[in-house]
Formats: sequence, structure tokens, C-alpha cells
Amino acid sequence: MRELELAGQVVELVRRLGGPGAQAEAVVTRADLALTRFANSAIHQNVSESTVGVRLRLHLDGRTAGGSGSIVTADGLRALVERTLAAARLGPLDPAWPGLAPPTPAPAAPPVDEATAYAEPDQRADRVGAFVAAAGGLSTAGYCRTAHRSSAFANSAGHTASGRSADAAMDGIARRDGADGVARRYADRLSDLDGAELGAHAAAKAQAAADPVELPPGRYEVVFEPAAVADLLQNLSWYGFNGKRYVERQSFAEPGVAQFDRSVTLVDDPLGASGLPFDAEGTGRRALTLVEAGTTRAVAHDRRTAVEAGAESTGHAVAGGATWGPMARNLRLSGAAAGPASAAGRSTTGAAAGAVGDADTAALVAGVRRGLLVSDLWYTRVLDPKSLVITGLTRNGVWLIEDGTVVRAVRDLRFTESYPRALGPGAVLGLGARPVRQPDRVDGAWWAAPSVRLASWHFTGGASG
Amino acid sequence: MTEFDAASAAVQAALDAGARYADARVMHRRYESMTARNGDVEELTQDESIGLGVRALVGASWGFHAVPDLSDAAARDAGRRATRTAMASARVPGPAVDLVPVEAVTASWASGCQIDPLGVPLSDKGDLLVGATRAMTEHGADLAEGLYQIWDTAKWFVSSEGHRIDQRIRECGGGISATSIGDGETQRRSWPSYRGQYGTTGWELVESLDLAAHAAQIAEESRALLTAPPCPAGETDLILGGEQLALQIHESVGHAIELDRILGWEAAFAGTSWLDLAQLGSLRYGSELMNITIDPTIPGALGSFGFDDEGSPAVKRDAVRGGRWVGVLAGRDSAAMASLDYGGSVRADGWARLPMVRMTNVGLEPGPHTLEEIIAATDDGVLMDLNRSWSIDDKRLNFQFGCEVGWEIKKGRRGRMLRNPTYTGIGPLFWRSMDMLSSETVPWGTPNCGKGQPGQIGHTGHPAAPARFRNVRVGVSA
Repeated sequence: MRELELAGQVVELVRRLGGPGAQAEAVVTRADLALTRFANSAIHQNVSESTVGVRLRLHLDGRTAGGSGSIVTADGLRALVERTLAAARLGPLDPAWPGLAPPTPAPAAPPVDEATAYAEPDQRADRVGAFVAAAGGLSTAGYCRTAHRSSAFANSAGHTASGRSADAAMDGIARRDGADGVARRYADRLSDLDGAELGAHAAAKAQAAADPVELPPGRYEVVFEPAAVADLLQNLSWYGFNGKRYVERQSFAEPGVAQFDRSVTLVDDPLGASGLPFDAEGTGRRALTLVEAGTTRAVAHDRRTAVEAGAESTGHAVAGGATWGPMARNLRLSGAAAGPASAAGRSTTGAAAGAVGDADTAALVAGVRRGLLVSDLWYTRVLDPKSLVITGLTRNGVWLIEDGTVVRAVRDLRFTESYPRALGPGAVLGLGARPVRQPDRVDGAWWAAPSVRLASWHFTGGASG
Repeated sequence: MTEFDAASAAVQAALDAGARYADARVMHRRYESMTARNGDVEELTQDESIGLGVRALVGASWGFHAVPDLSDAAARDAGRRATRTAMASARVPGPAVDLVPVEAVTASWASGCQIDPLGVPLSDKGDLLVGATRAMTEHGADLAEGLYQIWDTAKWFVSSEGHRIDQRIRECGGGISATSIGDGETQRRSWPSYRGQYGTTGWELVESLDLAAHAAQIAEESRALLTAPPCPAGETDLILGGEQLALQIHESVGHAIELDRILGWEAAFAGTSWLDLAQLGSLRYGSELMNITIDPTIPGALGSFGFDDEGSPAVKRDAVRGGRWVGVLAGRDSAAMASLDYGGSVRADGWARLPMVRMTNVGLEPGPHTLEEIIAATDDGVLMDLNRSWSIDDKRLNFQFGCEVGWEIKKGRRGRMLRNPTYTGIGPLFWRSMDMLSSETVPWGTPNCGKGQPGQIGHTGHPAAPARFRNVRVGVSA
């Protein structure tokens, strides 16, 4: 693999130019990323890039520096090493340097779908076309993307690792009179993305979201669909299960404590789908149980936070991790036993028909006496990181549920809520059986969740204020 | 082969493959950042990236391809691939695409810079952050953080209409934050804002911030906030400091006047806008004190440039005049679609990203008052400053913002400090309630504006000064 040769060249250059005492780790990644974007039912932006990047982190005489670049010629690599060595020599001391990852076999990664890795723009465009056509004349917008990465790691402790990943995602809305319905999927294979199925789903939701009424703010029981649950998982990961925030005492996470409802089990499963088998420090990636039956079990660590916490790296180092902390980016909320499929038939009526698109959600809706069905959350921002109080809005469809039936569309609402509290002991009234993988904004990251029924969610404002 | 040669080769290859218009940007960017925590350097990163992005228009369809290689062969291949991608776009075609005319010029431009920020010794920059963060820990902060960032970007733009423009833009800035951790919550104070103040300037901007001199005060305030009374809930008169007003402008005006959002091009992600082009020139956006300009010509402001990333020269325009909505942020294609005659606000986050409509410097012209005069004229209200959280809906109407600190205002005097201050409202109703505006304008820089798919980070400027808003809902909590 060419990437492994390049990473090895960088480490060798550091040894030659920095001396035997220099500790270095290098990651070389080639990427082919493409995204076909549509709006007003037409492709309006269609981009692709073929890139290569080198990241170097080195530690010399007690000082650490990082460098990166896109120039992989011999001169370019030498310039990268020279300027990073210069930075390390001039930089201040780094007493918390955790050392390099020792030589360890990398875990086996799932196979890469070559058709996805080298997908052509026509293939993405055709899925967009199918989405648009299936929306039955409603205005549509969204994207179809494919990503392929080939990456290699080497360090001066003799550790090497390499791997490839490929994935695809499609995310689109259909619009009717300002009401939107959404369909969103992440897949290891582009061929698993059915534009027509997604377009029809989004259109049915948009039709059901028309003519919304405004509800007063307050606490409501809710059923969150997978797109909304994905936001919960992302924020729990970034702010709660982040080892840096944990050692800084800015996280709510307390391993060994029953902080969540017993129905909640959260596992970060980076190799459960196409993914690179090592992190930014070369540590092998593996499944990590963060929450088991409601009890917090672990947080994600890189080598630096692991030293501070007296733990081992869990393989979650990311570029820039010294600032942002280690991240779990492949979180799965385990589903419960399947609900009664027959519930799907009585969960929607009249104009709201189409609001509920699957049996899992229907079963949860059927148990709600009065509450809201929420498709998606938007612009969620942290008010306090420790309690993880977050404000944001609903988006892409909200409906009122009465006596187990979706009765009408509701205008978007603003909420202000503590995510761990909303998922706390006794607060989760039901989970769907089938987690659906939702794409992150960057390739390689996904959030798998079923629909979830929560006892209470604090809506603090309506669409009109 | 020069950068202009590579860009020209890419454009010519795109035309040869069937494009009716093409442009290419070569960008060479050097980036450096350092973070410090509790008296130690936490991370030092330097990046150098160079590459080429080419955009091709075939019929009514666009394509874009980017490569990190400036050889003739790679540039030509990128041009061909951009055209091929545009042809794929035509499988799901849209309406006809036109480009508003822009004079094809050969030009150079550079931002001002007194002290080259990459030339300042790393040890000096490290000592600055280490010293400031150490001082914050000595004054009670549990978590003391410091940061600077530097971007030095050279770019070369060529279009099939004859543009040949090179620019060099140097940007830098920094800041410090102190966090105190209590039972179940944290409190933060920053200087001059969280993650700092930025501009198209040299290191002189960071020196002017005098980070070390403010370390003790913000550390002590973060500690005091843990036991301060919470911001009361209800409707009251709200005075916003300039930094928070810059955020308010960015979120509830800047994004709302982006023409791509108004046209629905961002509907599935960033969102649309509550603004309707049919009301351009007549809609009342805010009070008569509200005069918002789009001005990429402000020396030193973070959103300044000589030409945007499709060759339009920097021009100052009105967005809101006397409270009335009169202008938008536009690109050449979006402007043509909206039957407007100007673009000028299109930029790309690096060579690998498609140019798109972005804010430049979107700011509020100064008013007649001072902050102290505004406080003195307020019988009962809350003063809030320094953004802590921001959330706004996909039409840019319903917002809820949190600040690091509030102060009670009673009978014209600043009183107790208040913790967890938040306020919420609807954009145009909020702006119509502005009745006092200070003249103490600062061109706040925002280096982290996210937009687009794939994601792009924009650098924007927002001249703003303290202002008062009447009958605003404050104190929203979980």
C-alpha cells in the first residue's frame, strides 16, 4: 500500500533529521469523496475531490508539535518534517505527553464495497432522480454521497497499521406548502440506498405534515424517530462520553452509576460497519460499551486522556483530539423486543396518515395517551456541558398524538432539556426493535437508533415565540 | 508551471470537454494554531495545503472537482472531471443558469499586516498562552484555556471569461476562557470572546487584545458566577454587549439574507429564509436604528477581501437601511436567478470546496449612544454579553441565545451579576424593538461559520456595538 510506504518515509525522515530520541507518528490518507446535492427537485451542486493528506505528530526533548499537509513529494514530506521539528524545538514543554502506541496487531476491518468506493457521478445522480420522481411532484432537496478512504499509520515505536473504508449516505426532504418530510440513511454500499423508497417516505411525511397547528409550550411525552434520536446520541458522545471532558469534570458521565433508564444500552461499534481499524494514534478500534442496561460503563479515551484518567486508550483518538477530546462516532442504541406490528394500522388517521412510516414507531405511538411524534431535531446547542442542557428545535415534522393515534400536524417547537435527564431511570417508556443508521455530517461517522418513547420533553417555545 | 498556469489548464480542459463556462482556484494555505490549558501548551498544529478546484457549467448544470496536484496533467484531468460531473448533474436538470456580468480583470490584492503572525517565534506565542492560562488558574479557574489561530492564504483565480486574480489574505486572532466547575454545572468567562477575536490582520491584533491583563478578572468572574443568582424568567428590557450583538447579527440577519437560502438551495440542510424576494425594498426588518451593511472592504475585518471567489470585486452594499430590507448576499448565478444585478459574496473554504454564498462583513452601523448612556436610560432590565450558546430555526426566525454573563439593571445602574442568562425571540420582532444603539463599534470576527455539504467553515466579520431591545423574553431554562 502506497500510504504505508509514505507514512514509513515520514517516520524515517523524523529519525534522520530529529535524531533517535524523536518520537513520531504519521498517518497518510487518500480519499475520494463525492456529494451530489439537489434542491428545488434539481441537482444544483455536484462535487468530488481526490485528495491526499499527511498528519505528523512528534515529541522531541519533552516538547510536542503536530503538522499536516497535502504535499507528498519527497520535498514536500521533508518540508513537513522540518517545520514540525522546528515547531517542537521552539514550542513549550508538554509534560502530559502520553507516549506512542506500542506495536499491536490491528483488528480486522469489514470488507470495502469497491462499487461504492469508486462510484461514478451518474450513479449518485440516478438515485437523486429516483428520489425526486418518487416524491410525486413535491419539491425535494437533499444529497447523495459516497466516500472512500485508504489510510496507513506508522510510528517510531515500530507500530504500523493500514486499512480502507467506504460508505454512502442519502438524506432528503420533500416539501408541501412549507411542511417538510425527511428520509435519511447511511449504508456500507451505495447499492443499499434506494432513492425511490426514500423519496416516497419523505413525501408521505411531508403530506402528513401539512397544515400544522401551534401548540402551547410545556412538557410533553414524546416519540422520537431515529433522526431525532441520532441527535441525542451525538451530543451524549461529544459532551458526555468524551474522555477529555470527563477528566476535566465537565461531563455528566459517572462509570458504575445507573444514570440512564434500564432499557438504554449504548455501544460504540466502529467496526460494525465499514470503517478504518485504527484511530489517529494507531490504537486498534473496537466495540466499547458506554452504557449497559442503564449503567454508565466507560467513556472514550485517547492515549492522553487515558493517562490522566488512569485508564487505557479505547481507540478513539481523532485529529485535533488534544483540543476537542476523543470521540465515539459510531454509536448504537440497542433496540428492544419488537412491538406489535398490528399497531401500525391504527396509529394514523385522516390528514396525518403517513406521519408514521414503520411498525416500530407505530407500536410506540400506540401507547401514548397524549404526546408528540418528532421526526428530527435541529440546531441543538449546549447551554451547560455538565448537565448537558441543550436547546434546539424540532424539524421535518411534528405531530400530536392522542389516545395512541396521530391526529394532526403541529408547528415546530423549541425545547430546552437535559439529555441525560430525559433518558434517565424510568424516563424511557419504550424503544423500537430495529436501529436505523443515520449519517453524520462527515463520512465514517454514524448513529444507529430505533424510535424511542420518552416520558417527558421540555418544549420552551413555539414557532412564533 | 505557475499557479496561474495550472488554473488556466484546468479551465481550458473543462471547456474542451464541453463546458460553456469554467473557473478554477489554486489555493495555498498555511495554518497554525496553539491551545494551552492550565499553564501548559495543549496542542500545537501547523498545516500546509495546496491544490486546485475547478468548476464547470454545462447547459444549466454545474460540476466541481478538486485535486492536490498542480501538474499540467492533473489540472487538465480535474477540468475534464468537473465537466463530466456537470453532465451527470444534467440527469436531474433545473432551470436555466445565467451569470450576472462581472468585468474580467487581471488584478492582485493583499490584506494589511504589520507583524507577520507566522513569523512571531513559537516560544513567544506559547509564553503568551501559558502565562495567561496560568494566571487564570491562580485566580480560581478550574479550567483555563487559551488559543490562537493563524491562516495565511494565497490564491490564484482564473475564469473562462478572462479573470486572472491573485490574492494573499492573512488572518489571525485568539482569546482566553476561564471555566469554574460547581455541583452539576459549569460557568465560563472569556476574553475578548469565547475562542477569541479575529481579523484580516497580523499579530498586532493579538497583541492589542492584551490577554494576560484580563486573565485574573475573568477567572474571578467565572468563580463568582457559580453562586450568582440565576437570570430571572420573564419579559424585560435587554441590553446586549457588542460581542453578543455580533452573534445576533450573524444568525438572524446574515444567514437570513443569503440569497441561496432564500432561493431554497439550502433547504435540506442549513435551511431557507423567512425573507421573500417579493418584499425586497419594502419589508420592515427592524427599527429605524437598524442599518446593516455588507462590506468586504473594511480594513482588518475578518470578512474582508479584494475579490470574492468568482472574481467579483469587493463592494460595500446596504442590506437593511433605516429598518427596511434592501439587499442580499449573492453570487453570480443566484443573483441572475433572482433578477438582481450583483454578486460579490461567494467564497470557498479552501481549494477542495465549491464556492458558495457566504457572509463577508455584515455589520450594524453605529448609533448615537454609549453603553453607559443606555444603562442609565434603563429603569429595569438585564445586560447580557459574550455568547455561550446559539440556536435558531431553519428559517432564521425563532432564536434562543445564551450568554456567559448577565447583570441586573435597576434604575439606570448596573447591579448584581446573573448566571445562565438566556433570551429568546423572533428575528424581525426583536429587531423592531431596538430603541437605543451605541456608537462603540467593534468589527467582531467569527472564524467558525458552518455551511454547505460537504461542510465548509467560513470566516465572517460583524461590526457591532451595544444596543437595547424592549420587552424581550429572558431566563429560559430546562
